[in-house]
Amino acid sequence: MAFDFGVIFDSLPFLAEGLALSFLLTLLAAAGGIVLAVILALMRLSGYTALALISAAYVNFFRSMPLILVIFWFFFLVPLLIGRPVGGFYSALIAFTLFEAAYYSEIIRAGIQSVSRGQVAAGYATGLTYGQTMRFIVLPQAFRNMTPVLLTQGIVLFQDTSLVFVVALRDFMTATTIVARNEGRLIEMYLFAAAVYFVICFSGSLYVRRLQGKFAR
Amino acid sequence: MQYNWNWGVLLQEPYLGWLISGVGWTIAVASAAWVIAFTLGSVVGVARTLPNRWARGVATAYVELLRNVPLLVQLFIWYFVVPELLPDDWGRWVKRDLPLPEYTTAVIGLGFYTASRVAEQVRSGIESISRGQSMAGYASGLTTLQLYRYVLLPVAFRVIVPPLTSEFLTIFKNSSLALTIGVLELTAQSRQITEYTFQGFEAFTAATVMYVVITLTVTAGMSLVERRARIPGFIAKGG
Repeated sequence: MAFDFGVIFDSLPFLAEGLALSFLLTLLAAAGGIVLAVILALMRLSGYTALALISAAYVNFFRSMPLILVIFWFFFLVPLLIGRPVGGFYSALIAFTLFEAAYYSEIIRAGIQSVSRGQVAAGYATGLTYGQTMRFIVLPQAFRNMTPVLLTQGIVLFQDTSLVFVVALRDFMTATTIVARNEGRLIEMYLFAAAVYFVICFSGSLYVRRLQGKFAR
Repeated sequence: MQYNWNWGVLLQEPYLGWLISGVGWTIAVASAAWVIAFTLGSVVGVARTLPNRWARGVATAYVELLRNVPLLVQLFIWYFVVPELLPDDWGRWVKRDLPLPEYTTAVIGLGFYTASRVAEQVRSGIESISRGQSMAGYASGLTTLQLYRYVLLPVAFRVIVPPLTSEFLTIFKNSSLALTIGVLELTAQSRQITEYTFQGFEAFTAATVMYVVITLTVTAGMSLVERRARIPGFIAKGG
């Protein structure tokens, strides 16, 4: 059997475009997911039973669903709700944002709970409101504690973006498959895809480990 | 929003049959993969804590490799690449005679991937046991094998029941990736019904409900296990 890794060089620009889309989707979904997750976590910890229940139901619901099913849901729903096709990217972005928020909110909730109660009490005692206590005292410390875990979840999210393959949105995985099938080079292309994902995710997790070491000190 | 509701479609043949067979395949893929994941994951997890440097190195490489490549890529490699790289006779056998090729590949791919995650839980379970226990074991003349068999593993496996529960739930969700290599499990069937009938709401709702039921059932079952396995005096760690 003859390998031909030249096919990778010939299609590099096309593959790079796919990789750019994977990164863009990861960044936007992580940003949107974290914002939504902070709201969910604050609802959960608010002490209002109704808010806490809504938040818990949201989180448990999304955590019991496979991501692929969520992607299918929004590819079907979004055009129906808007009344016209909006392109796969926005459907995928909404699906990933809502799905990841469920996972991020559990991390953020743990992060908020890791800040000692004395800090909150001190905030109130100095006359800060709830919003100010959260904004200036609790959340900055919580985010500092949970940065490594949030980044790890970001790496997971980056791997998960490969699933947009199921709706043929042209991310890195789909681009790889298109080249693989057109050129009849499945072996080379899938090994290449594995190598690219591995290098990115492994360097990411090494960086997270270094951060953890720094924070632990 | 214009939409023609028709919940009855879910009870019509062949769609009802498709859903039921989808649930069956989801359970079949997930449970067979779990057997591989739990067995291999325990071995790899133990190997990561052994005194032997080579065993640790191989196990660490396994975990890092499988955790840092997306499951989808791994499935494609098992399905499209591995049969080509095997020795000719084996490759021919895999391509021609392997029973249920899509199912088998999905089980192996999902099993090996989840093993890397189980291994991390097993390792952290073993590492959570204080070093004094190992020292006491060695001091009383146990071999390494006996130390793991009688001291470390009985505690470690009971401590990690909660995180293993969430891995077990994850394997059901991840079994949906089997659809990318042609296994008609639950998610695939719900999409197929959508394509045939355009009743996406009904089909995806049915699949969603079934996944929630699976999650609730597994959670209930595992909480029984957890209660039985709990070690008095240990604080249960959430998964």
